Amino acid sequence: MPPSSTIVASMRTLLLTLSVIALYLLHQDFWFWRDGTLVFGVLPIGLFYHAAYCAAASGLMWALVRFAWPVGLDSETDRQPTTDNRQP
Amino acid sequence: MTAAFIVFAYLAVVLYIGIFAFRKYERKAGPEEFFVAGRSLGPAVFLLSLFGTNMTAFTILGSAGHAFGNGILTFGLMASASAFIIPLCLFLFGTRIWSLGRRFGFITPVQMFRDRWECSHIGTFIFVLQAALLVPYIIIGVMGGGTTISAISGGAVPYWAGGALVALVVMSYVFLGGMRGTAFVNAFQTVLFLSFGLAAVLFIGYRSGGFAGAMERIAASPDAWLLTRERVSPWYFFAYTLIPLSTIAFPHISIFCLTARRMTEFKRTIILYPLCILAIWLPCVFLGVAANGLREVPAIDAKLEARAALASPATSPDDVPALRAEARGDDVVIVLLEHYSPLWLAGLLGAGIMAAVMASDSQILAMSTMFTEDVFAFYGGKERFGERMQVATGRVFVVLVTAVAYALAMRAPTSIFELAVQYAFTGYAALVPLLVGALFWRRSTKWGALAVAVWTAAVVLGIAVFQASVPAPPSGTEIVAWSLGGVNILTRAATGTYIFGLMPVVTAVIGSAVLMWIVSLATPRPTPATVERYFRR
Repeated sequence: MPPSSTIVASMRTLLLTLSVIALYLLHQDFWFWRDGTLVFGVLPIGLFYHAAYCAAASGLMWALVRFAWPVGLDSETDRQPTTDNRQP
Repeated sequence: MTAAFIVFAYLAVVLYIGIFAFRKYERKAGPEEFFVAGRSLGPAVFLLSLFGTNMTAFTILGSAGHAFGNGILTFGLMASASAFIIPLCLFLFGTRIWSLGRRFGFITPVQMFRDRWECSHIGTFIFVLQAALLVPYIIIGVMGGGTTISAISGGAVPYWAGGALVALVVMSYVFLGGMRGTAFVNAFQTVLFLSFGLAAVLFIGYRSGGFAGAMERIAASPDAWLLTRERVSPWYFFAYTLIPLSTIAFPHISIFCLTARRMTEFKRTIILYPLCILAIWLPCVFLGVAANGLREVPAIDAKLEARAALASPATSPDDVPALRAEARGDDVVIVLLEHYSPLWLAGLLGAGIMAAVMASDSQILAMSTMFTEDVFAFYGGKERFGERMQVATGRVFVVLVTAVAYALAMRAPTSIFELAVQYAFTGYAALVPLLVGALFWRRSTKWGALAVAVWTAAVVLGIAVFQASVPAPPSGTEIVAWSLGGVNILTRAATGTYIFGLMPVVTAVIGSAVLMWIVSLATPRPTPATVERYFRR
């Protein structure tokens, strides 16, 4: 892999890792903790936020699948023998 | 009874699906076909069935019930955290489990652990632990079945008969159809309960005159805290995000990862999983919260009266158990459906509830798979009696597991939700370091794995013994069982046990990870040949 590609791959991995950490931390929405505002007059804002969080999680999963899919794993699927540690 | 008949018709349909899978694929019925559907499930069945496998009685009944008593907290606690953690675990662990299953022919996680760490009896210990932790999860299904059928039939079918009927139907299609029958049924059920939530919200909202009035009534009442999370510590909320880790360590989920035809089948599942969670949990949690503003429903009013009486200092301690039972919200969705939906619709929606309730099928099959592969085949049964006997043993075990689960469900008084969280989820979350060690860390050893398993068993057993010997104090108070230097180490509250003020899952997971690390570094690693097979450069 040329050096520029390696840098791009490393940056991508770093960005995705930071995104995963950021989304995990965003689950802790202390700013809406005591807020009972009703969005559209019916949905409590804390519930609305976490519904949107689910959509954001789906978006991040798309990015992981698109940019960090473990391509090597599905090409190594020929059946191989295992350790012979079965009981007699 | 009209509604109950629709539910019975639904049970007949899922039974037929199991029989269909049996008749169509019986000719191929070796262990791989019976236990992992011949590793041949396509993307749609894989997504729907994996999601359905993970949805249990408390997804609909328990989540709405929990939201009825705890407000919007329920969604952030259980749904949105799962919407992030579970697909991430499928991405990190699920794909690797699938790949190793293909390469080495594994059908259970214990087979992988035995091969990866060159061990035998340690694998057996892990099997016993996994099986013991899975039992409460199976019981949930039977209990939910009994509750649902009894409620939908207006009490004409008693709890024990409803539970028996559900257990019998589940046992039959798992017995006949194995993993393929279970996957088909789960896919069908997922479609049903994904439609259920939306339909229930629309009909109840329409017939009750809209939810805006109900939510405004809650906002103006002393129960306005239900629309916020002000009664819960942010640390509790944070600690709870570790619970969804348990999913990938559940044997029925890791075994299900082996059923995909290709690794690319995971892609759609990983991306759509959070949206499926949103589609099923949001309506259920919303209904549970909104029910607090629907006092025109007599059964809801009675629950709210019981809750108010529980909070009153004038209430006699003798009345508390009966009031707690009355205030419980496990049947709140069914109560709303009965009041607002026409009978036929309540029946159809009841079938949707049944779909979630019957998710115990995968766990029963997983127990059977683990026993036949990790014990029967491993200790020479396969070589002595052949593959046909191995499948027959699996089927016999399906019957035994169901019968034991039914017997236990009829004696278990604890609420559905508490039972699952306190034992199974905490235990399985603590087993995740086994997967991390096996799949990502070359230096991990069988002794590290044993330390994790022993620690997990000790923590779960410790919680069970502690909670049995220290009765739950009244809501809002706690008993400090052990403190040191002014720091409360072990406390008992109405909602469970707390270690350093956090749910036990935190201590369990951190302890497991530390033990895997320290014990592995202190013990000899597996042979280089084995390590190289798992970590090719």
